[in-house]
Amino acid sequence: MLQLFKFKGGVKPATNKTQSVSQPIAIAPLPSHVAVPLHQSIGGTPRPIVAVGDKVLKGQKIGEADGWISAAVHAPTSGTVIHVGQQTVPHPSGLAADCVVIEPDGKDEWIERKAVDYRSLAPETVRELLREAGVVGLGGAVFPTHGKLTPAKSVPMEQLVINGAECEPFITCDDLLMRERGEEVVRGAAIFRDLLQPQKVLIGIEDNKPEAVAAMQAAVKAVGEDFEVIAVPTRYPAGGAKQLIRVLTGKEVPNGKRSTDLGVQCFNVATAYTAWRALAHGEPVISRLVTVTGNVAKPRNYEALIGTPMDELLALGEPKADTNGIIMGGPMMGFLVPDVKVPVVKATNCLIAHSDALFPPKAPEMPCIRCGECARACPHELQPFEMYWFSRAKNFGKTQEYNIFDCIECGCCSFVCPSRIPLVQYFRFAKSEIWAREKEKKASEIAKTRFEFKQFRDEREKQEKAEKLAKAAAAQAAKKAAEAAAAQATGEAAEAVPPPAAAETSPADAVKKAAIQAAMARAKAQREAAASRNTESLTAEQQQDIQAIEARRMASGLAVPAEPKAE
Amino acid sequence: MISAIAVMALGAVILGALLGYASVKFKVEGDPLVDKIDGILPQTQCGQCGFPGCRPYAEAIAKGAEINLCPPGGAEGVQRLADLLGREVKALDAEEKPKAVAIIDENTCIGCTLCIQACPVDAIVGAAKQMHTIIAPLCTGCELCLPPCPVECISMQVITETVDSWKWKYPVVDIKTTGMTSTRNTPTGGAGGIKAA
Repeated sequence: MLQLFKFKGGVKPATNKTQSVSQPIAIAPLPSHVAVPLHQSIGGTPRPIVAVGDKVLKGQKIGEADGWISAAVHAPTSGTVIHVGQQTVPHPSGLAADCVVIEPDGKDEWIERKAVDYRSLAPETVRELLREAGVVGLGGAVFPTHGKLTPAKSVPMEQLVINGAECEPFITCDDLLMRERGEEVVRGAAIFRDLLQPQKVLIGIEDNKPEAVAAMQAAVKAVGEDFEVIAVPTRYPAGGAKQLIRVLTGKEVPNGKRSTDLGVQCFNVATAYTAWRALAHGEPVISRLVTVTGNVAKPRNYEALIGTPMDELLALGEPKADTNGIIMGGPMMGFLVPDVKVPVVKATNCLIAHSDALFPPKAPEMPCIRCGECARACPHELQPFEMYWFSRAKNFGKTQEYNIFDCIECGCCSFVCPSRIPLVQYFRFAKSEIWAREKEKKASEIAKTRFEFKQFRDEREKQEKAEKLAKAAAAQAAKKAAEAAAAQATGEAAEAVPPPAAAETSPADAVKKAAIQAAMARAKAQREAAASRNTESLTAEQQQDIQAIEARRMASGLAVPAEPKAE
Repeated sequence: MISAIAVMALGAVILGALLGYASVKFKVEGDPLVDKIDGILPQTQCGQCGFPGCRPYAEAIAKGAEINLCPPGGAEGVQRLADLLGREVKALDAEEKPKAVAIIDENTCIGCTLCIQACPVDAIVGAAKQMHTIIAPLCTGCELCLPPCPVECISMQVITETVDSWKWKYPVVDIKTTGMTSTRNTPTGGAGGIKAA
């Protein structure tokens, strides 16, 4: 028997699990419509690839994964797309996000399902297939599973932890999954084992679920694997990844590190199940087990399609008359959904009908008396009373010094607080405020660099322009000077052949000057031709006079004889 | 006596040389205070403070200008500047506006490039006689592109909250007394998300 370790802190709330385990899993009937939010996992928001009016089949991809850390989403049933756009989603903000709404045609017609033998495929292909099938962590964090299936190069993988602890009160979906579909969970765990190559596979289940432990042990034997099924002491939050790793392996994941740095990886049992369904049956993640419990007459676990309106699913459990809301998730970490019509998503493990009798309104908050109960209860060994103090004062730098980002928001501190301070709310407030500030800071840094670059560029352009202008002015001046020089030269030797270009000018300038000279010569010739126009239609007397004058000029050596050319 | 003076003089010379060397070797380029002030300013480069950009305003503050001239920084920015400089907090000299992003109506845009020249952070793309568009993630919402546009096709759109940008609110306690029944034994004593409205 494996030696078990302990994690510090934790609480023991009433489990309230027995109500919903007496009945086997039921398949929820087809809802009136399904609204599938595109952003259901951590990472990029998938792009919709269907349009209003499109006919889709069950399992058809409707959202393309965006980036590596992102997972595709699929149509949960066959039907017609009636809306692609903003719809209220199950989020504490109550805001809307992009969804694809499908009206089922009732046929529930599958796409062609292709089963693959993952052992014959390269690990990259398997990861790609899981991403395309929309396999994400179904324990609640919905991190894309393929992103966790690359073994670290530096650290050998020692243990693979399969998390079936299910520590939060009321929730029993993993319990029922292990009881009824244990073999498939084990086969899914084998996929993860083959991809990560750990030395050991440990399946941790809280000891308040003896049926699940027995079922899993039988399943492991039936499949012929050497996985260890271990019952861990029931104590909330034993199902937290870091807590379960601590209990099973004794390894404590330090601040700022991941469990893979210590050679451990952890997956939820439902994730293993969906991974197996995706590869061995070609079924993408389009449904999940949801515990319907709380203030209902018939608490039970249902296999519900993703996108089922929560009120329709809760109606199956026949909620009592005083029900006044739905809690998604457990009572410790869940939240009251903003609208009862919001859809079931991949993170929805439990719906609890809320009533004031079941969950009496909280009494007013009292001042902190610094009793330290919260620090004793914190499973991460943080100091909630200090973090509370600084969150309340909005001194966010100090909260980070007290490692507020290690807080998993499990709610143990609020649970034990004698002053009923909603500590986790303060921590959530501080965390989101810090994130927003970091984002703003990054944006302002980008703006600053861009502004500085623009200034630099403007300056450079100005300089370049000035240089260009200076160059042009210089060229102009040189031209003028050359012209003047040329004019002078032609004046000096009006009758002689144009003088050769000045020796000191560059060849380009010489060419230019020659061209100028040629142009000037042409102009001169034209002028001369025009000048001689008045010599036509002269009388014989006048011609004689001209000839006499020409003769005189020639005799005095002023003019070159024009006739010789003709002779 | 003389030896004592000599020793002191020698010490003075050595230490003086050391200080002189240090002042050359460890010389700080620029004014570190300006950098700190610039780090607090929101870098929208909008010029609403009356200075041509955030850095010039930071320099002016370092020289004694008012700290409440930056509307995008808001009251919180004034508070942080006051903390840094040890000055008194003053009310903002303008009204605070919600963060916005400029949007070009692409049907009206005539492609004059005037807004491109006005944008301090190069967040507008386009060419002469081609439609222009704004790269929204880079837009600081400075509104400097609005006045040069000859056809008034640019408008400011307030950034609305999305699921990704939503922030948990500061916990507010209802004054109404709901009785002093202890909730310690019920699981709702937990995360409190249940009553997180």
